[in-house]
Amino acid sequence: MRIEVNGEAREVAGPTLADALGELGWGPARVATALNGAFVPKAARAGTALKDGDRLEVLAPMQGG
Amino acid sequence: MRDFYGVTLGNPLMLGTAQYPSPAVLEAAFRQSGASVATVSLRREGGQGRAFWDIVKRLGVHILPNTAGCHSAREAITTAQMARELFETNWIKLEVIGHADTLQPDPFGLLEATEALAADGFDVFPYTTEDQVLAARLLDAGARVLMPWGAPIGSGLGLNNRYGLKTLRAAFRDVPMVIDAGLGLPSHAADALEMGFDAVLLNTAVAQAGDPVGMARAFALGVQAGELARDADPMNSRDMAQPSTPVIGKAWL
Repeated sequence: MRIEVNGEAREVAGPTLADALGELGWGPARVATALNGAFVPKAARAGTALKDGDRLEVLAPMQGG
Repeated sequence: MRDFYGVTLGNPLMLGTAQYPSPAVLEAAFRQSGASVATVSLRREGGQGRAFWDIVKRLGVHILPNTAGCHSAREAITTAQMARELFETNWIKLEVIGHADTLQPDPFGLLEATEALAADGFDVFPYTTEDQVLAARLLDAGARVLMPWGAPIGSGLGLNNRYGLKTLRAAFRDVPMVIDAGLGLPSHAADALEMGFDAVLLNTAVAQAGDPVGMARAFALGVQAGELARDADPMNSRDMAQPSTPVIGKAWL
């Protein structure tokens, strides 16, 4: 299916968010996820199904003021 | 000293982690500053997240994630939820920006997000103005700390509205308050602490100085002076002169 990951169109097999993160190389990474603007806790990723056109944000720790 | 959600800070300096010339300078500046809190953010993963996280952990200070760049309560709430999982802390520096030029907080969005996050168990540090009515509403909404701005973020102007800040400090004597944003010099930090504020939060003043490590040391001394002065109960200022040398006993010449 085709979803948007951090603003870029990506093709992923899924079917869950946890699967997609693994495919995208973020399996064990320290990241936080939001799907279509709503936070998805780490524990809920395996139970969250993706669908065409979903908007996924994958955020990491970064410098801030 | 007033505590921050049960945490007593050993040093009143909170320092940002952005805009340093290099990670090595960031670490050196932090060590020189004596800061007890580091502010951090979340951004789209581009491969540097892990290395930055390792640096932050090494600093060994309290971590205060922010919601910088959020322009709505909804955005800020989601960002806060992501930050809580990523940084493993309930602390959140809540920024809901209302204006692109001044980066002034949006008081309405800020109140809405504070209410939602406090109810969800967050320890909210709202980035606010010196507005007393808004302060009261934020406290009613569950905030136990306030972070009024000194001046617009990154401006380096110091305490832009001394009267407003003094009034705010006096109005809520039991509330821990941090002057956040707009400080450019160690004297500004000392000024804020002398005025009775509990801590200061700054980033650009150190990170963008010609010598960030030297400036970090200067701020360390500035906050130390300010804190000592605050606790030593400063004299009241007056408009007219008053001789300090005794008048009685002066020779008749």
